[in-house]
Amino acid sequence: MPDEHPDSSCDDQKRTDAAVGALSRRRFMQTVGLSSAAALADRARAAAVADDTGAPPILGPGAVDIALHVNGATVKVKAEPATTLLEVLRMHLGLTGSKEICGRGACGGCSVLVDGKLVYSCMMLAVDAISAKITTIEGLAEGDALDPIQESFIRHDALQCGYCTPGFVMASTALLGENPRPSLDEIKAGLSGNSCRCGSHSNIFNAVLDASGQAPIHDGEGA
Amino acid sequence: MNRFAVAQVESPDQAVELMESKRFVSPVYKAGGLDLLDHLKEGLIEPGLLVDIRTLAGCADPIHQAEDGTLRISANATLADIARSPLMHEHAPVIAQAAHSAASPQIRNVATIAGNLLQRPRCWYYRQQQFDCLKKGGHQCFAPDGENKYHAVFGGGPCHMIHPSSLAPALSVCNAHIHVTGSGRESIPITELFHAPDQGLRSEHNLSPVEIITHITFDPVPHSAFCAVHEKQAFDWPLAMAAAALVIESGTIRSARICAGAVAPIPWPLPKVEDALRDLRIDDDGELDKACSLAADRGEPLSQNAYKLKLLPVAIRRAVQRAIARNAEAPQ
Ligand SMILES: Cc1cc2nc3c(=O)[nH]c(=O)nc-3n(C[C@H](O)[C@H](O)[C@H](O)COP(=O)(O)OP(=O)(O)OC[C@H]3O[C@@H](n4cnc5c(N)ncnc54)[C@H](O)[C@@H]3O)c2cc1C
Ligand code: SF4
Ligand code: FES
Ligand code: FES
Repeated sequence: MPDEHPDSSCDDQKRTDAAVGALSRRRFMQTVGLSSAAALADRARAAAVADDTGAPPILGPGAVDIALHVNGATVKVKAEPATTLLEVLRMHLGLTGSKEICGRGACGGCSVLVDGKLVYSCMMLAVDAISAKITTIEGLAEGDALDPIQESFIRHDALQCGYCTPGFVMASTALLGENPRPSLDEIKAGLSGNSCRCGSHSNIFNAVLDASGQAPIHDGEGA
Repeated sequence: MNRFAVAQVESPDQAVELMESKRFVSPVYKAGGLDLLDHLKEGLIEPGLLVDIRTLAGCADPIHQAEDGTLRISANATLADIARSPLMHEHAPVIAQAAHSAASPQIRNVATIAGNLLQRPRCWYYRQQQFDCLKKGGHQCFAPDGENKYHAVFGGGPCHMIHPSSLAPALSVCNAHIHVTGSGRESIPITELFHAPDQGLRSEHNLSPVEIITHITFDPVPHSAFCAVHEKQAFDWPLAMAAAALVIESGTIRSARICAGAVAPIPWPLPKVEDALRDLRIDDDGELDKACSLAADRGEPLSQNAYKLKLLPVAIRRAVQRAIARNAEAPQ
């Protein structure tokens, strides 16, 4: 993008800077014990073969091997870097529980857990999830035994058309993971990144209250 | 989305080299990627390469306090990290509250503070490919004669976007410094990070395309608070935002830093309100109300957004009150 740069630096400046950069990089890499950055770098290396010139690994633009840990299993797919995690889950792995509704990070239908954190899989590149532990709605039940939060959704009739439900169940799972006894306000905040067009919210809140051992609210109250 | 490659770099030199190499068409830096994916999906940008800089901007402790008290947030700290940080809650509640108020849990888990500051406008004409507006190199701004309920009430154009970042006004009242690498300069004050549309339309900030934010520093502002007014109760872009940082001594406001958000193309400082708040008693509600009402002064609403000039003084008043209440409860 042709931005204006008040400081568009002269070349000398850039050379000095490259030298400073090299130094600070060394210091930087010493100080950075960096959980997430190291994990990301490992992912990059795992996924791409760097050449021996010290140049950073570059993935794509053609299809690359992407290894993911999904619901406890390691799976390998080949996809271009311009592929979202949701596309890989649905199209490559057939895990169609996660839904694409808005595709823009605004509805929560595609919510999954990546390393335990709730994210919108429609707004994350699949290559950003390489080596991460991903849990989708398909990964909650153990065989035929549903997860307690799923049972609670059924008990409280917390759905109508059901399209938003996988996302709400994943958001509820993340919430209860961080906060085993959330208040009603905390439930509303925790589920605020998910929308239900059918308006099942009060029953969803009840399902989460119940799943965390708390009394459900009465119809119309607090919702 | 167009096809692109992704690079994960480990040093600023690598990053700058890739940005400047001719191997890829219009490369861009990527952090959490939320704002970028929105642009890619709409076809607003078609970069040949995304340079992921989280691998170099990271540090083991994304938020910490130096021995001299200076607070430091690394560029790739997520809004969730910041919202949860006990350090921020104690020493800069305005930052913790701003981070907590933004977007949804899913976004806060991924969105980085640097990406938050540098996100592009949410103006719906800008975000839709078919509107070739001023900001995209076209010949007109569609807001004045169009749907402008969510546009700016200050600034006077020629682009009437609002700056969308919740963290920007909060960091402004902290007098934060933005530390950068890649160009030779080391840091710029947040007040110089953004420019008004009449100073350049194609970008909102003053960084060069190769400059990388590494971290942000500021002094503690324990008596500070943030307030955002939304149309919905949750997960909605704010209609007006207010950040306040006060210095209070013996029940009197000695100095105030006040900045508004979502009302102008840049975080909008309110020096008149700051002046009026100085030397007021913290329990003088009448005078505090009066001082905060100056926030609407010299507003220039468009056809559908004069309501923002009513909301803003309320948001400022609430932020000031929250900062005062904090003072009352915080042990010194
Ligand atoms: C539905 C919805 C609601 C939202 N509500 C809010 C809200 O209430 N308040 C709010 O503030 N935000 C809100 N957001 C926006 C969100 O917070 C931003 O999109 C996010 O913070 C961007 O961060 P990122 O790390 O994903 O940035 P990216 O998309 O990775 O990057 C954004 C820009 O910053 C540049 N960049 C990133 N890091 C650096 C760096 N270190 N150095 C130089 N350049 C860099 C990139 O090149 C890019 O141009 C909302 C978003 C959505 C989708
Ligand atoms: S307000 Fe700015 S971004 Fe929106 S249409 Fe006008 S020029 Fe474009
Ligand atoms: S489909 Fe991902 S948030 Fe709507
Ligand atoms: S049950 Fe239909 S959208 Fe939620």
